[in-house]
Amino acid sequence: MPELTAEVERLSLVIEIGGMPVRINATDAGFLDLLQKRYSGFVGSSDCAEIEFNVELDQPKPVDPNVGVSVTHERGRWSLKRGDFRAEWEPASRRGWIRQSANPYSIDAVLRIVHTLVLARQGGFLLHSASAIRNGKAFLFAGVSGAGKTTISRLAPPGAILLTDEISYVRKHHSGYVAFGTPFTGELAKLGENLSAPIGALYLLDKGPENRIDPVPPGEAARSLLANLLFFAEDEELVQDAFHSAFEFVNRVPVSRLTFVPDSRVWELIR
Amino acid sequence: MSKLYLARNPRVAARSLDGEMMIMSGRDSTLFTLNKTATILWQAADGATPLDKIVENRICPEFEVDPAEALQDAEALARDLASHEILQISEAPIPQTKPALANPATGEAR
Repeated sequence: MPELTAEVERLSLVIEIGGMPVRINATDAGFLDLLQKRYSGFVGSSDCAEIEFNVELDQPKPVDPNVGVSVTHERGRWSLKRGDFRAEWEPASRRGWIRQSANPYSIDAVLRIVHTLVLARQGGFLLHSASAIRNGKAFLFAGVSGAGKTTISRLAPPGAILLTDEISYVRKHHSGYVAFGTPFTGELAKLGENLSAPIGALYLLDKGPENRIDPVPPGEAARSLLANLLFFAEDEELVQDAFHSAFEFVNRVPVSRLTFVPDSRVWELIR
Repeated sequence: MSKLYLARNPRVAARSLDGEMMIMSGRDSTLFTLNKTATILWQAADGATPLDKIVENRICPEFEVDPAEALQDAEALARDLASHEILQISEAPIPQTKPALANPATGEAR
């Protein structure tokens, strides 16, 4: 009897952000080429990915921009939905699938969400902030859109290594907190360097008439950090984990307000 | 007037930082910062101590206020905190379902 089905060749790519390799399997070589370019500098060769996704490509369809992302957990499985994608991920088996059209934006959202879920369990988080390494330490610059994340990134001196101009990756280690570079870009549209360094300080950005650093009361520091956390999950336990992670962070990392004029001399304060 | 008992909602996360008590709803991630009176209610909300005793022993000594007026204000505040699902209130003692998760010294819960 002839074979009625043929084995479909699966191609794969490993995207390693924050030291966590995620294998993406797909049958479309063109799509993987797209990802190879999109995540240049973050494409790894690890044989033991921590998470593996099979991507099923479908045709692009009109998306309602008012539909937000939904991230829910049921019976050991995370379900991720937005107008342009659907995905599931089972942490126990480390496997999942993504259904989307052949574009780099949907999978980018899935990766951000999955990283926030993994980090929340480990005391880390993704933060709306630019970050850069200077003199061996990472400095984070947090703020909402328009606060100056892109500006401070653009003003970084040659000795500073930009980790991201938009979303910082924070992991908790035994000795403290470490920031990793990310490919998640903002207005600068420039991928961060795939490097890491212990975090020296978190600055809350504010534009003003002079460059200066002011102390921030602990309560305000915690509130500001929480306001800038990337968090999507509708899950009480994980919300509580993220809440406590923010407090652990402000207890261990100096948090100050950085008021700056759009001028490179502000970096003289960052050491 | 019937007794009112208060208990911390185990579905919220709470932390005290530099004298400020902050509570986050696990349901919708809303963050609340409690004032001094609300912090006292939160810390004393063990499900077993009636509100009038909390007012008598914790609020009146702290604020030097008229006990009857303080009880009325405290009840309104407790109902407001309950409406935000920060506290549970009942006219009977409330069994604590997750006592190990709360530190009675600080009121921090996880």
